[in-house]
Amino acid sequence: MTVAEEQESGRSVAVLKEIVWRLSRQIIEMTTRAGSGHPSSSLSAIDVMAALYFGGIMRADPQRPDWPERDRFILSKGHAAPALYAVLAAAGYFEPELLWTLRQLGSPLEGHPNMRRLPGVEASTGSLGQGLSIGLGHALAAGVDGRDYRVYVLFGDGEADQGQIWEAAMAAAKYEANNLTAILDYNKFQQTGPVDRVMPALLPLVDKWLAFGWHVAEINGHNIEEILETLRAARQIESKPQIIIAHTKKGKGLSPFEQDDVNRKHGEPLKGDEVAVALAELDAMYGRG
Amino acid sequence: MDIGKRIGLAYGAPTRNAFGEALRELGRDNENIVVVDGDVANSTRTEYFGQAFPNRFFNVGIAESNLIGVASGLAAAGKEALAASFACFLLCNAYDQIRMGIAFPQLNVKLVGSHSGISIGEDGPSQMGIEDIALATSFPNFTVLVPADEPSTRAATRAMFDIDGPVYLRTGRPKVPVVYPNGVQLQIGRANQLRDGGNVTIIACGLMVAAALEAAHDLSQEGIEARVLDMYTVKPIDEEAVDLAARQTGAIVTAEEHLLAGGLGAAVAGVVAARHPVPMAFVGLRDTYAESGTAQELLQKYGLMPADIVAAVKGVVARKA
Repeated sequence: MTVAEEQESGRSVAVLKEIVWRLSRQIIEMTTRAGSGHPSSSLSAIDVMAALYFGGIMRADPQRPDWPERDRFILSKGHAAPALYAVLAAAGYFEPELLWTLRQLGSPLEGHPNMRRLPGVEASTGSLGQGLSIGLGHALAAGVDGRDYRVYVLFGDGEADQGQIWEAAMAAAKYEANNLTAILDYNKFQQTGPVDRVMPALLPLVDKWLAFGWHVAEINGHNIEEILETLRAARQIESKPQIIIAHTKKGKGLSPFEQDDVNRKHGEPLKGDEVAVALAELDAMYGRG
Repeated sequence: MDIGKRIGLAYGAPTRNAFGEALRELGRDNENIVVVDGDVANSTRTEYFGQAFPNRFFNVGIAESNLIGVASGLAAAGKEALAASFACFLLCNAYDQIRMGIAFPQLNVKLVGSHSGISIGEDGPSQMGIEDIALATSFPNFTVLVPADEPSTRAATRAMFDIDGPVYLRTGRPKVPVVYPNGVQLQIGRANQLRDGGNVTIIACGLMVAAALEAAHDLSQEGIEARVLDMYTVKPIDEEAVDLAARQTGAIVTAEEHLLAGGLGAAVAGVVAARHPVPMAFVGLRDTYAESGTAQELLQKYGLMPADIVAAVKGVVARKA
């Protein structure tokens, strides 16, 4: 498919925003129903993920989750599983009713993604720092096999504390894995505090990734147009893997999360009145309701 | 070292070499094999494959976590992936990556850990894999192979690629005695009986198989006849062979170039205790790291010689009902 054809096949920006709105609501609803989960971490990633799956970016076929020519998306920050599940359900990888079984005994929608139990899940992540390596493995396999699929890996800012991320970064540059596009969900908060307090030397991010030999772009991670344009541009880069540093909000700016200055309610579902408040704010944000 | 020489065992190539050569041969017939190493290919001997098939060989540098993750991704993408490093670095550094990237998703990755045991010699404890069997067997879904010599390592290398799933293969640095001078049949999960005897069974793996044969020879001079089993598949262990050994010989000694904690001995003891308790004794590293020295000196000082197996047998036979 040419880039033009893909752009045509991708939904319009307006449709994409509507999808983001719906999936954001689902993230809140499914974690509240489950009584556990990571809604704020999921909400910071949902725009990028929706753009990948519904914006004509990724080559994929929900009816053929093992299609060898498929593009791959790896959610390295596996705790954002609710976002992945919402996206995969909307894409048709499994019945949406399963979303309401999140984290229940017997459900394939485990707290963190399980590649053996759910079609569309490319890696069993959750133990942070591993997804970029795994994505690099896929990317290298494409080279060995002479296939032209792309690999997308989304990981977190706190996750970049992990040395393995940098091991993978070096190796990807060594092997000129230009079919590997990473997205750093830069939502500024990890579990015990803001990233610039837990590990100040993580910053500056752009300089580091340039120094590691990657092509770097920096965007507003909640601006659909910017996301799409940057993902398309990444495909044109030769000889280097690409990273898109996406400035995002952990909790998407919704006030129940914004009120928490420590970690934006990391790993906490919304409860009681918070749910209605958050949903109403989402509706307003997307001109709904 | 001199294990096995007194009973006429010839020394063959190191098991790491046998592995490396067998891997290269396999690579010729199977284009789907992809190998990843962490800057130690000229130690692990994946270099033989790497030189022959450079487009299917990746050196990710001294970075074992990424090494495993890349292998996991290669396997998820349909390749028959093999990752190699020193046993201690592979299993210790990258335990979590193996756990979540290979064992949990049951991906088809072969792990090969070299420089196992204390017979690596002068480099000393930081390079010695003495807990790798324990760590590897702790993973659900893993097959764990500890071949004894050059021919059985070739066979094990080939056999492991017939398994669609996670496998750990342990290799060693020094030349070791050949216990299969006339060829070998390996069936994953089935122990090989190298010698029969009615008074005791010595269940060994790796270098200790030759030590067990020498011990059995010496014991025979004193009227104690030992059955010797090469338990090269530590997981899944050959429960039937262990059970028969307990029932038919009434006493069992295990021997491994590994810590006693979580190793072959522990695995055998689990079967014996559950199915047919008999007196047991364990030859291996007794809750200690080693030090620098020659292989022979280390094996003697840390109790991994035929004489140590003989002593253990005598102790356990005396306790038979």
